[in-house]
Amino acid sequence: MTSELIHRLHFAFTITFHYLFPQLTMGLALLIVVLKTAALKTNGELWDRAAHFWGRIFGINFVFGVVTGIPMEFEFGTNWARFSRLSGGVIGQPLAMEGVFSFFLESAFLGLFLYGGNRLSKRMHWFSSVMVFAGSWLSGFFIIVTDAWMQHPVAYDRLPNGQFEMLSFWQLLMNPWGLLQYMHNMTGAVITGSFVMAATGAFYLLDGRMQNYGRTFLKVGVIAGAIASILIIFPTGDLHGKYVAHNQPPAMAGMEGVFKTEPGTGIVLIGQPNEETGQIDNPIVVNDMLSFLIYGTTKAEVKGLDQIPHDQWPTALPLLYYAYHIMAGLGTYFVFVMVLSAFLLWRKKLYTARWIQWALLLSFPLPYIANTAGWMTAELGRQPWLVYGLMRTSEGYSNTVSASNGLFTLIGFMGLYTVLGLLFTVLIYREISNGPEAKPALAVAAHAN
Amino acid sequence: MMGFIWFWLVAVMIVGYVVLDGFDLGVGVLHLFLARNETERQATLHSIGPVWDGNEVWLLAGGGTLYFAFPLLYASAFSGFYLPLMIVLWLLVLRGVSLELRNHLEMGVWRALLDGIFGVASLLLTIFFGAALANVIRGVPLQADGYFFLPLWTNWQPGANPGILDWYTVIGGLVALVALTLHGALWLSIKISGDLEQRARRIVTPLWIALVILTVVSLIATISIRPQNLNNYYQYPFTFVVPVGVLASLAGIWLWNRNAQPVKAFLSSCLYLFFMLAGACWGLYPTLLPATTDPERDITLSHAISGPHTLAVGLIWWGFGMALATCYTIFVYTRFKGKSDLGVSGH
Repeated sequence: MTSELIHRLHFAFTITFHYLFPQLTMGLALLIVVLKTAALKTNGELWDRAAHFWGRIFGINFVFGVVTGIPMEFEFGTNWARFSRLSGGVIGQPLAMEGVFSFFLESAFLGLFLYGGNRLSKRMHWFSSVMVFAGSWLSGFFIIVTDAWMQHPVAYDRLPNGQFEMLSFWQLLMNPWGLLQYMHNMTGAVITGSFVMAATGAFYLLDGRMQNYGRTFLKVGVIAGAIASILIIFPTGDLHGKYVAHNQPPAMAGMEGVFKTEPGTGIVLIGQPNEETGQIDNPIVVNDMLSFLIYGTTKAEVKGLDQIPHDQWPTALPLLYYAYHIMAGLGTYFVFVMVLSAFLLWRKKLYTARWIQWALLLSFPLPYIANTAGWMTAELGRQPWLVYGLMRTSEGYSNTVSASNGLFTLIGFMGLYTVLGLLFTVLIYREISNGPEAKPALAVAAHAN
Repeated sequence: MMGFIWFWLVAVMIVGYVVLDGFDLGVGVLHLFLARNETERQATLHSIGPVWDGNEVWLLAGGGTLYFAFPLLYASAFSGFYLPLMIVLWLLVLRGVSLELRNHLEMGVWRALLDGIFGVASLLLTIFFGAALANVIRGVPLQADGYFFLPLWTNWQPGANPGILDWYTVIGGLVALVALTLHGALWLSIKISGDLEQRARRIVTPLWIALVILTVVSLIATISIRPQNLNNYYQYPFTFVVPVGVLASLAGIWLWNRNAQPVKAFLSSCLYLFFMLAGACWGLYPTLLPATTDPERDITLSHAISGPHTLAVGLIWWGFGMALATCYTIFVYTRFKGKSDLGVSGH
């Protein structure tokens, strides 16, 4: 195995595992603000307890996000030293801003939110939840700005020593790629949060206990989920997709499996890309659809891989294709299940229709898969570039760190994260099965002051 | 000028991290020995519960600041110290998870395991951080392209081809272990009452004696390993106020701890950490990472610094952001002011 591959796998593995946590943190942060606001407006005990319950789950999830997030910032230097050396002046900026602007905010107010229940007024406690939300969403923004610059470099110049120098701070932050990706990504996080909340509600109802909480979680989860599932496709996914098509044609060709350039390109729903024959095997295609989605007319020509030099093809073409299709397929399913649930809620049938509750319960892993597949689409689509069009991935990894040392720490992370994953599952399951009414001995002590 | 400013801003981040996360690392080391039952253990850990995560943010923010202000240093040091940094990451993961999860697992056997992990990880982290700083002071075998790769150990000698661990960096690790454990004990004597407070205050004395000895040994060792560290001091003699500050703050810890004024003793310990780190930085300035191979290859301010626009803009948002962060920090600490264990046993 080459060093380059090991360093790629190292980053891919640790970031994929990491992002299982922030997507729920960011999604739940918004929903907790909703619950706390309802508690404040209605002065209702139930809303407050519900917020407290999700606060505990948020807390566990947050810690896993923090501890798996610290390695990410380090890995820019440890595993991607040559990249960091040249790009630090540009993307070091948003990464440092994440620490300075969002982590301090988030950690300070999360401490208040989780530990300060009895030391703060109701309004102040509500305010803490809003600040936690702001901190976590700001954090997402800075990370997206960083990634967006790698996808679509803007506002840079090169110094004589090869380093990238930022030309405009404002343009770096307002990178159009970043804004589109941010909207799309944050909507994805809300989908994860909504599905987890709705699935928990469905679990309580199906299990025949804690019915009042079950209905509350189901209602909030389904309403938020229905809105977010629509927004993820239109406008955020639609706009982002068009932007990718215009600025990264090889990525779009790979995602959609377009081998041949022709007017009226169809969209492949299912099929296996065959790099050797340059075809999709066993295809199910909707004619002209891709041209229409990108250009608004069925006659337009979509650039296929045949017009792209082979050394600029996405390096893991089939994986890119599958990742994108999984994301898009699941996204379509989310609209279907959430809008149907919202309809049943409106018709007052949601709380008794066990079949849809089962569907919601069993669907909770799917947003995690969709979010992961979405990020794989973005990052595999960028290949073979590390900074699109400017620096290849093969020029960026730490060549002083041997493949063997890289493998050593990759295996270490795999072992550690397996333990973390098991622990997390046990803890979250316990919290959910104890439910919002439970008062573990220690939690009472911890919240007493 | 920009180089000078950013050098010291990064130094401020490091001092902020060590002073703040230092005491919760110290509490981590101590809690295994000091707390004798579950109530005491909860009181001990509760004294850092609401703040440890915010303290750790200083490390992240410092790392980020280093990344954009001195990309060459960040790239070279992080890839060169690859193995110890990865171990530090694993320890940080284990430590954070074990502290937080004991609140969610009630069974004794789980708690015992998590407490053990938390204590051992805290202890190893203090040693690693001390050794890391000592590595920077001693220097690393930089190659012509500005990179290096250090094994964990070679022959335990700080020669031209050292390992991460040699006798000098081990001393650095021990200084950090003792200094931060003492720092934690002083924090506990502010936050805890009763028997436990007495025990925390009693343990200060032996730690203090060990720290005085180790401080002197480490200063002598540093000067013998890298005599150039004194150059800046001779050039600007008023900066000898730094070593004087080290001694004065040590005296302050002793006096105020004896007179049962824990807040002042703790602040003296903060000053001790500040003077030790500032002294080390001033000894290096304007070198960021000395080369053991050839002084020509030292990574210095002038060739590690980012472009001018990056740094000018950075100064604006950094100043604004850190002012905000300082406000949050003060706000949180005042909210959780006073003894943290009152009420734990009562409710």
